[in-house]
Amino acid sequence: MKIAEPVVEVRELTKRYGDHITAVDRINLTVRRGEVFGFLGPNGAGKTTTLRMLLGLIAPTSGDVGVLGQRPGTPAALARVGALIEGPAFYPYLSGRHNLRVVARYGGVPSARIDERVGAVLRTVDLADRADDKFATYSLGMKQRLGVAAALLKDPELIVLDEPTNGLDPAGMRDMRRLIRELGTEGRTVLLSSHLLGEVQQICDRVAVINHGQIVTEGTVDELRGDAELVVVATPSDVARDRLEAMPEVENVHPTEGRLHVRVDALHTALVNRTLVEAGIAVTELRRAERELEDVFFEITQSPELNHV
Amino acid sequence: MSSPVIDTTAAELLKLVRRPAAWVLLAVAAVLNLIFAYVVPYLSYTSGSGGGMTDGATPEQLLASTLPDQLVANTIGGFAVFAGALALVLGALMFGSEYGWGTVKTMLTQRAGRGSVLLGQLTALAVAIAVGLLVMFGLGALTSTGIALAEDQAINWPGPLDLAQGYGYGWLILLTWAVLGAALGVLLRGVALPIGLGVVWVLGIENLVTAMATSVLDALEPLRDVLPGVNAGSLINTVLVDRSVEPAPGVTDAVGEGRALLTLACYLVVAGVAAAWSMRRRDIT
Repeated sequence: MKIAEPVVEVRELTKRYGDHITAVDRINLTVRRGEVFGFLGPNGAGKTTTLRMLLGLIAPTSGDVGVLGQRPGTPAALARVGALIEGPAFYPYLSGRHNLRVVARYGGVPSARIDERVGAVLRTVDLADRADDKFATYSLGMKQRLGVAAALLKDPELIVLDEPTNGLDPAGMRDMRRLIRELGTEGRTVLLSSHLLGEVQQICDRVAVINHGQIVTEGTVDELRGDAELVVVATPSDVARDRLEAMPEVENVHPTEGRLHVRVDALHTALVNRTLVEAGIAVTELRRAERELEDVFFEITQSPELNHV
Repeated sequence: MSSPVIDTTAAELLKLVRRPAAWVLLAVAAVLNLIFAYVVPYLSYTSGSGGGMTDGATPEQLLASTLPDQLVANTIGGFAVFAGALALVLGALMFGSEYGWGTVKTMLTQRAGRGSVLLGQLTALAVAIAVGLLVMFGLGALTSTGIALAEDQAINWPGPLDLAQGYGYGWLILLTWAVLGAALGVLLRGVALPIGLGVVWVLGIENLVTAMATSVLDALEPLRDVLPGVNAGSLINTVLVDRSVEPAPGVTDAVGEGRALLTLACYLVVAGVAAAWSMRRRDIT
């Protein structure tokens, strides 16, 4: 399979504030054309600082960034990128429609096409009915949708969305996920930053996790979730755990809330059962469970070894 | 594809036209100008008394000061102080609000580079001031014509060169104050502090230094002579035709025309460069 060209390339990117604060620490990242790329991390991990550097809003301390083959923040790069960074920011005294007209002007949309583009993106984010109301009267969800509409105005090749579902109700979040998936299937590249893991799991092709300014893992969602786990409920639990840990087929055992989560190939499920039963252990539950991205995320971001790589 | 500077200028004007604060500032400037240049002298004339506000001028002198041939002096006479303060507020609002609302990141992630955005904003500010000034000249012309017709006086207009010179000087004075406000807005990244500092400067510090230099401390004269308000007042002083009526506050003969022009131009350039430096060098966090 042909590998798509990189749209965003980040090499050894670092941002320091003074001598003591390193917001982003030598990160490497590649986002390829046409993919929906998830950028995950807890609050304060360095997601927004990284995205701001990709857009030229923040100057890196060191490292290289390429956006669509251009330096970030240059007119040549910005003309092909749409962005919603850390919440929508618009003029409160203007209507949604006029705000978009202003943004279209800034973006260099030809005068003759401004009304057409504004109308189209308002329909895309389902905001046409309230387009002529002042931005100050919008709910947080409507503001968020207007922010996405503004990001789409230039019909960009790369869309950078920083927490786009913040403030949306469940129906709004579902609509936003659907919209982002559609954008990804239209050949655009979407770089989505979020701490809502379910959202990323449903939308993204590949994911990078950043913590304390460093990329701690990167891969497809399936790669990160790994093989399904075996969930075992057995009595006595501590004896069962010892027996399982002694099995060479078992990679890892960790107990949570009375259950044992066992990393073992699905082919060995029957062997696990037999081993426990033959040891006189009562097995009351034995099932395979897929790990959610959330489980992986907490494992990674709360692991002492990975927290300060 | 059009130029990023032109696009930014168009976007800024689109915002300004729909911004209530811009219209309020224009209305305040126009109303204050009409009150002090026409309404107060005319009412004093019709009542037959000079009174305190007109500094003892005769009724005939008061009427003469409101007629069309005084249009230039009457329109830009108050620019050294009150209209200058309002222009400074406009500049601070236009540039500082972008930081308060967080819209600076929206502007800077579209197409234009930071230099082009700033240039477009400054161009829009210059255009807005030119249009506002035109409105003030128009209102002054209408009012003075009305007074002349009501009092059966001859309608004589200033010559085209005098009009052009007065308009140019007025535009330079207001633009200087506005760009100083804009620079404060960008440097301080907000609205409240730049407006507070700017207004204290225009209405307080300038008057204090001028008063001290004139009355108690001659050594302050060189400092006084480089103040923007003093130079604006000196420029206005050069277009006064009728000197029988006390000029507006801030109008002075402290420095000559050439030096006043040069000083204001220097303020304009320095403020613009300071805003550009801040905008280009600092992170948008």
